[in-house]
Amino acid sequence: MAGELSGILGHVDRIGELELDEVAPTSHVVALENVLRADEPRPSWSRGAVLEQAPDPVEGAFRVPSPRAES
Amino acid sequence: MSELLRMSVAEAATRIRAVELSREEYFDAWRDAAAGDELNAYLWRAEDRAVESDGALEGIPVAVKDLFCTEGVETTAGSRILEGHRPLYTATAVRKLTEAGAEVLGKTNMDEFAMGSSNENSAYGEVLNPWDRTRVPGGSSGGSAAAVAGGLAPCAIGTDTGGSIRQPAALCGIVGLKPTYGAISRYGMIAFASSLDQCGPLTRDVTDAALLLAAMQGRDRCDSTSVGIEGGIELPGREDLEGLRFAVPTELAGDAVEPGVRGVFEATLKRIEGLGGEIAEVALPHAEHGISAYYVIAPAEASSNLARYDGVRYGMRAEADGDVVEMYESTRAAGFGDEVKRRIMLGAYALSSGYYEAYHGRAQKVRTKIAEDFAAAFGGFDFVVTPTSPSVAFGLGEKTDDPLAMYMNDFFTVPMSLAGIPAISIPAGLAEPEGGGPQLPVGFQIAAPAFAEQKLLDAAYALEQAIGFDAKPGERADG
Repeated sequence: MAGELSGILGHVDRIGELELDEVAPTSHVVALENVLRADEPRPSWSRGAVLEQAPDPVEGAFRVPSPRAES
Repeated sequence: MSELLRMSVAEAATRIRAVELSREEYFDAWRDAAAGDELNAYLWRAEDRAVESDGALEGIPVAVKDLFCTEGVETTAGSRILEGHRPLYTATAVRKLTEAGAEVLGKTNMDEFAMGSSNENSAYGEVLNPWDRTRVPGGSSGGSAAAVAGGLAPCAIGTDTGGSIRQPAALCGIVGLKPTYGAISRYGMIAFASSLDQCGPLTRDVTDAALLLAAMQGRDRCDSTSVGIEGGIELPGREDLEGLRFAVPTELAGDAVEPGVRGVFEATLKRIEGLGGEIAEVALPHAEHGISAYYVIAPAEASSNLARYDGVRYGMRAEADGDVVEMYESTRAAGFGDEVKRRIMLGAYALSSGYYEAYHGRAQKVRTKIAEDFAAAFGGFDFVVTPTSPSVAFGLGEKTDDPLAMYMNDFFTVPMSLAGIPAISIPAGLAEPEGGGPQLPVGFQIAAPAFAEQKLLDAAYALEQAIGFDAKPGERADG
């Protein structure tokens, strides 16, 4: 995979040749202004429904291996 | 194929509303057709009708790309990591279709997380092109395109991040529309590259594409980047192209195009002139850098979006002996395919400290320049036209060992995605592949300014009538 990634980056490096100093970056194409809406509670999914999707639910929570495994 | 299945979606919807055709009969006919899927186009198929609402799409079955969340129905995005995942909610685009009376006919196969141009990156097997089963259907919405072209669905929806609706539509000989970014809500669409992803229709004709777009477009409180199309969408009816100016980008007309594709493209330009349209060349000097910018921006956004797959809250988990970090690692190692891993690494690299300015920062500036090129072109022209894809459908396995060659399939479609503008691919004719073989469909791409979908559909409709493309897989004289 290393060779493939180098090939792709080699192609991408061509944009290094463009004169772009005065150009503003585009992160989003539609002119939208950020607005805030009222922070009103709305009904959401039940805890049970959400946990049903989890690989290892236990006692109303997501169980994961310990952050620091015993060695 | 029966008369019922040949009918366009617009005609079937009209007959169903006039009670000349029963919803049950129409659905059953398509369910049975879909059950004969030999293309691996579907990952899941509906057994029964589920929708009672009436509207413009009453009784119309729609094949839905497996990137759209569907409540209670397995949604995998073509990935092993989401195997068995049953979302708690339905994507807005799908909900709006069913509210208009449409039925979800099935979920279609796709490149994993929409990353690919051949559908060979699906964890659930490749999709075959109905015109030639040794060839790819294109991607990433390859299952949707193959289903419609192969007579397994009357219409479908897909998503397009850099060409994933238009390119498979072209390679399968159908219509594919990528609307303006923001025209349709992205809520419930599994994210690949959030600043580029957009939902759109894959259909047998332009009128059907307009019908689906009309139902799906609109602002959605669940997607703050959605704005909808002001004035909505009406069915197209234009018969000529008088007074319209079509630009052919000089920079995109290079040697990369197959002779057969070039021939169909040039014949289509003649047809535009025959309909009263004007053709001229235009400079889009930065469009050729679209692939470079895209393959930085899209992987960068993907590397962030895909961090959510950690084996904790949903999807699969690969058990590991060690700590939680080892569990994340083994889950991702087992759950993601090679192309997804490749793009996560590319994206993470492009965003990393020390490389950010050289890659992501510059790519975003190139994006600005490409958008400015289009804006300048639209100062003097109504549309920009190109071949949709540099080649007709290529052979399975032909480009899997060379990611860069695969990425070059998106050469003509990526610039519009970066600029956020709408573009449609319509079948323009058949051409022999380079290297010989039976003739295959060629797509013609028309791009318009942001939110000019109505004008785009009207022009595409006029051109579609003049082209009169009526070839079908398996019905060719040579096939």
